[in-house]
Amino acid sequence: MHEMSVALAVVDQVAEAATRAGDVTAVRSVRLQVGELAGVVPDALAFSFELACAGTLLEGAELVTEAVPGRARCTTCAHEWAVGMPPRLTCPGCGGTRTDLLAGRELQIVDVHWEDGGPAHPPTREPISEER
Amino acid sequence: MCRVVDLRQAVLAKNDASAHELRARLAAQGTAVVNLLSSPGSGKTALLERELVRARERSVPVAALSADLATENDAARLARSGVPVKQVLTDGLCHLEAGMLAGHLDGWLPADTRLLFVENVGNLVCPASYDLGETLRVALASVTEGEDKPLKYPTAFGLAHLVVVTKTDIAEAVEFDEATFRANVEQVNPGVEVVLTSARRGQGVGALLDRAMAAADGAPVHAPVMARPAHHGHTHAPDGHPHPHPHPEATGPMAHTHS
Repeated sequence: MHEMSVALAVVDQVAEAATRAGDVTAVRSVRLQVGELAGVVPDALAFSFELACAGTLLEGAELVTEAVPGRARCTTCAHEWAVGMPPRLTCPGCGGTRTDLLAGRELQIVDVHWEDGGPAHPPTREPISEER
Repeated sequence: MCRVVDLRQAVLAKNDASAHELRARLAAQGTAVVNLLSSPGSGKTALLERELVRARERSVPVAALSADLATENDAARLARSGVPVKQVLTDGLCHLEAGMLAGHLDGWLPADTRLLFVENVGNLVCPASYDLGETLRVALASVTEGEDKPLKYPTAFGLAHLVVVTKTDIAEAVEFDEATFRANVEQVNPGVEVVLTSARRGQGVGALLDRAMAAADGAPVHAPVMARPAHHGHTHAPDGHPHPHPHPEATGPMAHTHS
């Protein structure tokens, strides 16, 4: 079970980005893309993530995982298919073996939702009166 | 205030960067790493023992590093070949990471080593996610493990440059169906070579060394479908090797306000 190592890597990278940003006070959530073929179990990752966050700026942060289905395309006949699990990486159309994997190996931090001491009303958006 | 900050970072970016660095450093001194992945008990140590002896006979400078949760038994077995051997105890960790491997090589790996065989922790799940800076990744399965092993552990077999079947001397007794095994390998890793071996009978011994030497000499290795995602993402170059990941300084972090 390497989900703990993966969770620690996520926490490290988010904490580093927060430190660089300078004025982050809390991290609310982290959004992660997890491909079907990434070799990571989302439930095990969620469990590990909670533990990995303890005592860091991410304490209490929510992990939001987006599953990315595996998709492939045959370079011979251009057929596209969902690879499934276990994955089928030879072409179901023509039997070809020259395959491009289009998606499914993602293991990526997409974005982070955090609290900081930045300006309450940046010029690019309309102020919302309820928000402090 | 609340912000959503785009990070767009590969979770394993640090390991990938360490692996890239280690690969370059070892290449500069003429060393190539062979990463061996299999279940516990698949016979990697027995086969490796034979391959190390073969390397000595051919005067190829090789070394072996064996990772286990506990015991130095594997290193003791491999050391009988007379080549430099190191045992790494992971204290419960289920896989090796590139930075860990680099640390273990410092001050130990003889400078003239041509091939370093790394016997990863016996586990087909976790080690598959970690590039160790290897030039050749090998997934092994014994004939006793069932023909569907490649389907049950698709990332381990799907990312391999070479698949090795072990213990073929008992294939008949366990009714190993070679054609089915090969078809299953092909499903997750089209085009990868499958080599049959028996460390006990000597069948196929030397094939692993040959493939490793060829790869170390710069011959192109098999490119698994899973290792070369189409060029649309942010995380990997088309060759499957990480280029330095976009630093947050370069891409942002682009904060936009949460509404």
